[in-house]
Amino acid sequence: MKSITITRTLIFAALAGLVGVTGADAAGGKAKKVEHHHWHFAGPFGTYDNDALQRGFQVYETVCSSCHGVELVYFRNLGQTGGPFHLDRCPTGVADTVDCANPNENPVVKAIAANYKFQVTDGPDDSGDMYQRAALPADRIPSPYPNEQFARLANNNALPPDLSLITKARHHGPDYVYSLLTGYGETPETIEIAPGQYYNPYFHGDLSQSLKAQYVDEEGHPIDGVDVPLGGVLAMAPPLADGIIEYTDGSPQTVEQYAADVTEFLMWAAEPKMEARKALGLMSIIYLLILAGILYWSYRKVWSDQH
Amino acid sequence: MTTSDIQEDGEPTRRDFIHIFGAVTAVAGAGAVVWPLVSQMNPDASVLALSTKEIDLSSISVGQAIKVMWQGKPVFIRHRTAAEIEEANATPLGALKDSAARNENLAGSIDATDDARVTPANGEARPEWLVLVGVCTHLGCIPLGTASGENRGDYNGWFCPCHGSHYDTSGRIRKGPAPENLLVPPYEFLSDSLVKIG
Amino acid sequence: MSHPSTYNPGSGFEKWLDRRLPIVRMGSDFMDFPTPKNLNYWWTFGGILTVCLVIQIITGVVLAMHYTPHVDMAFASVEHIMRDVNYGWLMRYVHTNGASMFFIAVYIHMFRGLYYGSYKEPREVVWILGVVIFLLMMATAFMGYVLPWGQMSYWGATVITNLFSAIPLIGDDIRTLLWGGFSVDNPTLNRFYSLHYLLPFAIFGVVAIHIWGFHTSGNNNPSGVEVKDIKKDTVPFHPYYTVKDGFAIVVFFILFAAFVFFNPNGLGHPDNYIEANPLSTPASIVPEWYFLPFYAILRAITFDIGPISSKLGGVIAMFSSILVLFVLPWLDTSKVRSMRFRPVARMWFIIFVVACLALGWLGGKPAEGIYVMWAQIFTAYYFGFFLIILPLLGLMETPKQLPRSIAESVLKSPNTAAPDHVAPAPAE
Repeated sequence: MKSITITRTLIFAALAGLVGVTGADAAGGKAKKVEHHHWHFAGPFGTYDNDALQRGFQVYETVCSSCHGVELVYFRNLGQTGGPFHLDRCPTGVADTVDCANPNENPVVKAIAANYKFQVTDGPDDSGDMYQRAALPADRIPSPYPNEQFARLANNNALPPDLSLITKARHHGPDYVYSLLTGYGETPETIEIAPGQYYNPYFHGDLSQSLKAQYVDEEGHPIDGVDVPLGGVLAMAPPLADGIIEYTDGSPQTVEQYAADVTEFLMWAAEPKMEARKALGLMSIIYLLILAGILYWSYRKVWSDQH
Repeated sequence: MTTSDIQEDGEPTRRDFIHIFGAVTAVAGAGAVVWPLVSQMNPDASVLALSTKEIDLSSISVGQAIKVMWQGKPVFIRHRTAAEIEEANATPLGALKDSAARNENLAGSIDATDDARVTPANGEARPEWLVLVGVCTHLGCIPLGTASGENRGDYNGWFCPCHGSHYDTSGRIRKGPAPENLLVPPYEFLSDSLVKIG
Repeated sequence: MSHPSTYNPGSGFEKWLDRRLPIVRMGSDFMDFPTPKNLNYWWTFGGILTVCLVIQIITGVVLAMHYTPHVDMAFASVEHIMRDVNYGWLMRYVHTNGASMFFIAVYIHMFRGLYYGSYKEPREVVWILGVVIFLLMMATAFMGYVLPWGQMSYWGATVITNLFSAIPLIGDDIRTLLWGGFSVDNPTLNRFYSLHYLLPFAIFGVVAIHIWGFHTSGNNNPSGVEVKDIKKDTVPFHPYYTVKDGFAIVVFFILFAAFVFFNPNGLGHPDNYIEANPLSTPASIVPEWYFLPFYAILRAITFDIGPISSKLGGVIAMFSSILVLFVLPWLDTSKVRSMRFRPVARMWFIIFVVACLALGWLGGKPAEGIYVMWAQIFTAYYFGFFLIILPLLGLMETPKQLPRSIAESVLKSPNTAAPDHVAPAPAE
């Protein structure tokens, strides 16, 4: 059946085409291929590891939040179904009129909001002034800077991106974030970088202009035997170091663990409905398979008098 | 159904069954799809997050009242004076136009005594604090009388300028076209100076 | 073929209504429509496309209830849908992946029409209406992609609207008119939103005429031979094709659901999760996958042709690649519809499909070096197929013996050809 082989080949080619499309490379310099970490949320049955989410929030709050916001995330999200601090029932000592499963009444979330390192700007008040107040569950998690200009001013003209969607806004997002956080290392000796810049092999950049003068020829091309290093330079200093955050659950206090936890948290921040999505998807696919089977049988019956 | 699906005596066969089964399964699936399509119109999480509101009462001095927004409506909170409480208590039930308490914190049919108007969801009546939904029960205007200097009507409570309804110091309708007392929303005291509405 | 009505009003009310508004008769005749008995699975994509359109309209109306068309709020309102609205994530993922599914189905549907000669007499108008639908779909999808106001939304809109500036004399004015300003900005977003809501209903109307069209001419079929005897060659649409289409639609839904629930962003670009920033262009701007073949054709014209600049030439080539479909019925000189009986044409057709896929792949690659050369080769083949191969082949080739009727083509022994409803036809 030659024709069927051709059909298969074409279908395969079509699928390959689709995959190729999504793998389109960004132009510019080359970065090191991201490291594939095994994620608890990977795969069709993957879910978030709640302990990792809680630790990840701790890492975010202690370290990342000094420069990066997560402005699409509200405190109440932390207590919603699937969120890091969701409670099915109240801990002892909470008044029984409180519905702890409601993220807006969740005492843990309320405490996190009220004690958060930044307050919320509200107002104007009766005298027309804006004022600072403690956050409520209904508030967004406050960002470190009031606006882009201020953020640039504070960071030597670099803009720390908002992290709400970072794991969806990069190719292989979670692996990328993890690789970037753990990938800082020695600056290659062939390049010269400005003060306040840091080399990272996973950051997308173009280092061909950063080669030291002795490694380039007159036209600016690297001389024989010298390669332009992979990666780029960014304004973020290595943010994590072993032991800088104290975990209370006995997890290892290493850069790798911090990076994995905060990535898990940021994936949740970007896709908080993932667990509901996969659960509904599983039911839908099972239903569709059954329906397809029934309809195929029905179809064969209807057509049985035609062949 | 084609003729071949029906046996000669007209009885449905097993062939019919599979078609009916298929149709029923498909319709059940379509029904399941309707649910999210309807459910999406319900209040979303950001709206629900604002369905309750906590208000700090410590800055409201005696005799003062404030207006806060709750679920898109104004809520009046009055720190009543002893004279206002006394005036409300002294009013005989027979003088009221609407004798029902209209307090969402109380179940069943309760008389509109002043105590019944100032009872929160938790605990005893707190007569010094009157909490009302500030929407006239006639046609939905916002009555005057909360801010100082506004017309408080003939009964020293609130006055609705649209059609002239007068409410007393317990928010009960006394004169004018409004049919019911001002509604008392669900509220509870989280502490002596912190009240949660909704 | 228009067929005599088989509807007999039963009750008194049906008789009463039938004299005034024969809508039940219309539905009944639609269900009884004599359909060639040899249609294979490639023919189910018409029904699949109708379902896709309905899904897009329903989920789109829902999304419009929660979306805010303003440059400051659009991005956040889409995320509000994803995070806060009940089942909002589902509506949005169905809608975005639904666009991709719609295009997968329409491309298969179009290749089917090409392979089996469904554009030939007397179905030229049905084909042309199909091309109109395709154009409307592209416009709708393009404007819809702008609405989330991500980086790709913004820069895609900028690049595509800038194409119009290539038109001599009035190009800049047209571009300003499209923008409603001097760059892609709030007025642009607002009008795209309005049109994105409007055009699907226009598509719906043209689809109705498209269906009316082939209900007048009758369906084409894999043998390409016209119906000779309704009794022997056709079966009523219901239940034969309702159940077959229904089965195919459910199988298609499985693919659809796999994307929506398990890889909802796989067909999208990560940059669209970054809010639009007019001050910073992404490293590479690529359109959605379904536009990539046309994007490759646009970028393949890297040279001036006489007075025509390469920019204008690219625009002309891109639009021509679709416009050529309008005149296809008069370019193909062969009287034989189905390529099943045109072995030589079939070879060229297979190369054509490969060229289209290759153009799609090249559209996602940077426009430099070897990629440009390949895009030029495949672009040349794309036009050559329509403008040279099809006109000449019809005059030169020797087609195989056609079956005398549809019934005969079905009854042929399985050694020479598998029955159509069991094995799909080759090469699509």
